Amino acid sequence: MGLDRRGFMKTLGIAGVTLAVGKTLHAKPKEEKEVEFYGMLYDSARCVGCQSCEVACAEAHEFPLSTDELLAGTKRETHEKRRTVINAYSTSKGEVYRKTQCFHCNEPACAAACLTQAMHKTHEGAVIWRGDKCMGCRYCMVSCPFDIPKFEYHSANPKIEKCDMCYERQLEGKIPACVESCPAEALVFGTRRELIKEARKRIHENPEMYHDHIYGEHEAGGTGFLQLSPVPFEELGLNVKIQKSSYPELSKGFLYSVPTIFVLWPAVLLGIHEATKNNKVKEEENE
Amino acid sequence: MSNTDYTLQSKSESQTTWQFLLSELKPKGKWLTPFNIISIPIMLLGLGLIVLRFWKGLGAVTNLTQDVPWGIWIGFDVVTGVAFAGGAYVLTFMVYILNMQKYHSIVRITVLNGFLAYVFYAGALLLDLGRPWNVINPIIGNNFGTSSVLFLVAWHFLLYMIAQLIEFSPTIAEWLGAKRARKILSGMTIAAVIFGITLSTLHQSGLGALYLMAKDKIHPLWYSEFIPVMFFVSSIFAGLSMVIFEGSISHKVFSDQISEKNHHAHNGILIGLSKICAGTMFAYFFLQMLVFIHGQHWDLLNTPMGYWFLLEMIGFVLLPMVLFFISYRKNNVLLIRIAAIVTMLGIILNRLNVTVIGFKWDAAIRYVPTWMEIVVTLAVIFTEIWIFRWVVNRLPVLRESPSWVKKEK
Repeated sequence: MGLDRRGFMKTLGIAGVTLAVGKTLHAKPKEEKEVEFYGMLYDSARCVGCQSCEVACAEAHEFPLSTDELLAGTKRETHEKRRTVINAYSTSKGEVYRKTQCFHCNEPACAAACLTQAMHKTHEGAVIWRGDKCMGCRYCMVSCPFDIPKFEYHSANPKIEKCDMCYERQLEGKIPACVESCPAEALVFGTRRELIKEARKRIHENPEMYHDHIYGEHEAGGTGFLQLSPVPFEELGLNVKIQKSSYPELSKGFLYSVPTIFVLWPAVLLGIHEATKNNKVKEEENE
Repeated sequence: MSNTDYTLQSKSESQTTWQFLLSELKPKGKWLTPFNIISIPIMLLGLGLIVLRFWKGLGAVTNLTQDVPWGIWIGFDVVTGVAFAGGAYVLTFMVYILNMQKYHSIVRITVLNGFLAYVFYAGALLLDLGRPWNVINPIIGNNFGTSSVLFLVAWHFLLYMIAQLIEFSPTIAEWLGAKRARKILSGMTIAAVIFGITLSTLHQSGLGALYLMAKDKIHPLWYSEFIPVMFFVSSIFAGLSMVIFEGSISHKVFSDQISEKNHHAHNGILIGLSKICAGTMFAYFFLQMLVFIHGQHWDLLNTPMGYWFLLEMIGFVLLPMVLFFISYRKNNVLLIRIAAIVTMLGIILNRLNVTVIGFKWDAAIRYVPTWMEIVVTLAVIFTEIWIFRWVVNRLPVLRESPSWVKKEK
């Protein structure tokens, strides 16, 4: 190879400049389209428990209207024909309502669990279910820390039902049906960034009205459905001990070990096999 | 030789192969054995229930709820069944990788048992799928959910079944008298074994890793980030206990097929296996204790679930471990068999504790399987035993290979 001193210096120079420039260039963020998740802010301090959201949801997704009564102390659940419910809780500040629906996690356990990506976190932020991919294994239900996905057990062609933040409506430029229907402005739709700002503002402006916490800001690694409440969230039946890092983080260690084992094991096994094979030949020779 | 002669000859040959296969399909021996009398009605009933399940949906036959979406069809059939099928990878490791020739005589039956276990338990998985027609999606890439542990497990099941079929294929070739095929297939054994052991390591632990994201749902005495390690280590002695159990039964039921030499070697094999069981169970118990102490759950011991945990750890890990130790020191084969059965009960207990009993242990409505779920499970097991018996009665699994195999060597 013809690499003389001049050539060598030249190469070195180019490499040095590239390294130096490379550093400064990398410091600037690339002009990529940043993903901005949309979400919803639900404010228990404003909610009057009128259940308009439930009705709007049922109409938007063609479900029958609920007939069970809203009563403090009885927990109403979402199910395969009801994607959202309002529950009443007797708290230290009287009766307070809470809306149950999908949290649309930033890093959803259900989507990480899904082996066909039928559960999918869209760029817009909604976590949606895609029937053409789903095989009905229900691993999403096992993994979801909030028990949100529901399964049609009494159908030969069962679907997974959960709130999809009215993804179809969003694509048409509309906002989720429940948000649109809310007469008390307890529900707001917007980018997650704006919603957190708004929530902080509300707490700051009315500190005596709010419990100083945004549920969903950090819970389960951050969720798209954010909640404000006048009382601590455990009084509203929410799991406050939920981990602050994302759930897919839990199986990451295992998944990362897979390629290691896939490289290491065959090599080691083949080595042992070859080593013991030689032993056998020697034993036979000695005999 | 002219061309026509050749085609004529091959035609008659293929005809005899067909006739041979047809004749092999016919049952051999007595029909009205106690096993048949018990298993046939259960299998028929199970078949009826499976039809009902696909017609009316999973809710018609199972007690699964929105909170407990996986019941015994996953927790017992798949998770426990695969642990028991672990004997195949442990034994192929010993025989083909470590060259322990002593265990060669039980490799075929163990691999057959493992292969059928995977086929039937993966089959049971299909029953549990709500939309089984989409089962092909993760294989054809609609889509590849590579962040999913279940994606890994599903692919591994498929690949491992192929690997086991290759490991077993020389036996099929010997049965059909296909000399050339046998030579090619047995040349692939070592590759299949290495591949199979790697796959087994990952999916035995992967079955545990499935539950890592169910952190808040599994009782803390059974949940830790080490579930995958626990599942892997316990699959070693679970599989070997199954080998001991199944070997002891096969030894009686199919005794006419086993050569004099292998008859005598059997006790030695059992004693060797019990040593491995004792050793790995010690490691497992030690790991469990480490995880328990590390988890700081002393307060939980004095609760009903705590007593249940202690029963599992002492009655079904420590006790059979000690039994294995005593049995090989005293050369007591009966004790080995007892220890193997207690170990297997312990594995069932452990897997169900993670997947069913400890899952949503604090829920208001607990999941209890319906009689129908149990009947379908039994039907799956009985069908597997039927196929197993059919194969062992016809193929050179336990009996010696045909004489032409030795000549070729």
